[in-house]
Amino acid sequence: MKKLINTAESVVEDALNGMAAAHPSLRVRDRVVYRAEGPRPGKVGVVSGGGSGHEPLHAGFVGYGMLDAACPGEIFTSPVPDQIVEATQAVDGGAGVLHIVKNYTGDVLNFEMAAELVEDVEVASVLVDDDVAVQDSLYTAGRRGTGATLFVEKIAGALAEEDAPLAEVAAVAREVDERSRSFGVALTSCTTPAAGKPMFDLPETDVELGIGIHGEPGRARVPMRPARELAVLAMEAIHADLPLRDDLLVMVNGMGGTPLMELYVVYAEVAAFARGKGARVTRSLVGNYVTSLDMQGFSVSVCRLDERLTRLWDAAVETPALRWGR
Amino acid sequence: MNASLCVAWFEEAARLVHRDRDRLTRLDAEIGDGDHGTNLDRGLTEVRKALAESPPGSPAEVLTLAGTTLIRRVGGASGPLYGSVFRQMGKTLQSPVTLAAFSAAFEEGVVAVERLGKAALGDKTMVDALAPASRALALAVRDGVGVREAIEQAARAAAEGAEATIPMRARKGRASYLGERSVGHMDPGAASSALFMEALATVVREAA
Repeated sequence: MKKLINTAESVVEDALNGMAAAHPSLRVRDRVVYRAEGPRPGKVGVVSGGGSGHEPLHAGFVGYGMLDAACPGEIFTSPVPDQIVEATQAVDGGAGVLHIVKNYTGDVLNFEMAAELVEDVEVASVLVDDDVAVQDSLYTAGRRGTGATLFVEKIAGALAEEDAPLAEVAAVAREVDERSRSFGVALTSCTTPAAGKPMFDLPETDVELGIGIHGEPGRARVPMRPARELAVLAMEAIHADLPLRDDLLVMVNGMGGTPLMELYVVYAEVAAFARGKGARVTRSLVGNYVTSLDMQGFSVSVCRLDERLTRLWDAAVETPALRWGR
Repeated sequence: MNASLCVAWFEEAARLVHRDRDRLTRLDAEIGDGDHGTNLDRGLTEVRKALAESPPGSPAEVLTLAGTTLIRRVGGASGPLYGSVFRQMGKTLQSPVTLAAFSAAFEEGVVAVERLGKAALGDKTMVDALAPASRALALAVRDGVGVREAIEQAARAAAEGAEATIPMRARKGRASYLGERSVGHMDPGAASSALFMEALATVVREAA
């Protein structure tokens, strides 16, 4: 294993120090990343968090028009309640705080515990569970939160910036989650600094379909095939669950180790598939946004937009990883 | 049971988890996200530190401090889940700490983790090791079995419970995403729960 780290134990801390140094718009304190300017009175605070290793998610989305704070945990491990309590109390501008939580057992438990511990701040919680590879049934922990987390954070953050009340910001976050679906494909596993070797063996000849974002194996393993066919597999899984029609926001997301060129190859196929179903891709995003360390592969996330969601997506945003219109 | 035996339990558990760290992490990599050994090792190191810094005066206080430390320091699912077991045990443990009192508190701890994790026996989770251990303790109390033998039986029940998760299909936690592919692997949470019970058996044996 070759990694640009000092020690496996210090990698999260060292990366946060780097973020703080690179982005004067951020302030990092006690494992929480804040907007440097602090809370604005009357604005709902938007807080998210989760394991590290998915960068730029979440800390890279802290800034105007998106998150007020992010709580990074250890690699692939949810943050602890203390961090979330601290962040929630610090970003409250008197209008309450929204927690955006990816649906994983650990994240849910720690955010729940934190919400109970917070004093004098109204807290609402929204679960993101967009991954169609997991059946939401009694036999699973429910669908995972993956790429659509970015959509939820962007759109809820935009509405919060307009000083909408907490209930409305929470409602739009839920609406985005309900209107979004994702599906991921891995060409390789990933290597955590602590483990030093890939999480699972994936032969040169095979890919994993329906992966999450923690290097966990997916639903099925199939022989490698051209990008067009992999894109179609992903889009068919999404389309079967949420019929593609009208206006779509489509993200082709890299898992961390895939060249951007290949993501554009996938995007062309994804967009063609959507057009083939009679839908219009009116907004798009291609790049590494919700990653799994050094994993090679991609995920596709689709959100069915309406006029209001389109406007909120287009609203100004200024964060380290996503910025336009300002 | 006195406070120092309870502290010894966590020290032995920390030793066993550290020894088996790579095995637990490997089990987790197969059906989860490959950090169970690392996280629990980190958490129990913090527990040892907390217990050394302010040595509690009673077993109940040891359990509460250990539980709170796990919740505050570990993160992930295992932090809150193990933390709740021990915190609930600490909250409900009656004094003097007889086998019956310990068994009753242990049962409360298992109920707490079942409730928090919404998991039941057969879901392929730590409950599959903890619930049989709890049942073994209750039966031992009923039958008037001696402390040492009772704890040995509980440890065996936990180990067998962990083994029994191998053919199960996971219904909770990250392994549940794998569906049928989770079959054939031991649940890492059940494996670490068995280590906790093995640690308890060891310190009770050595204290006798």
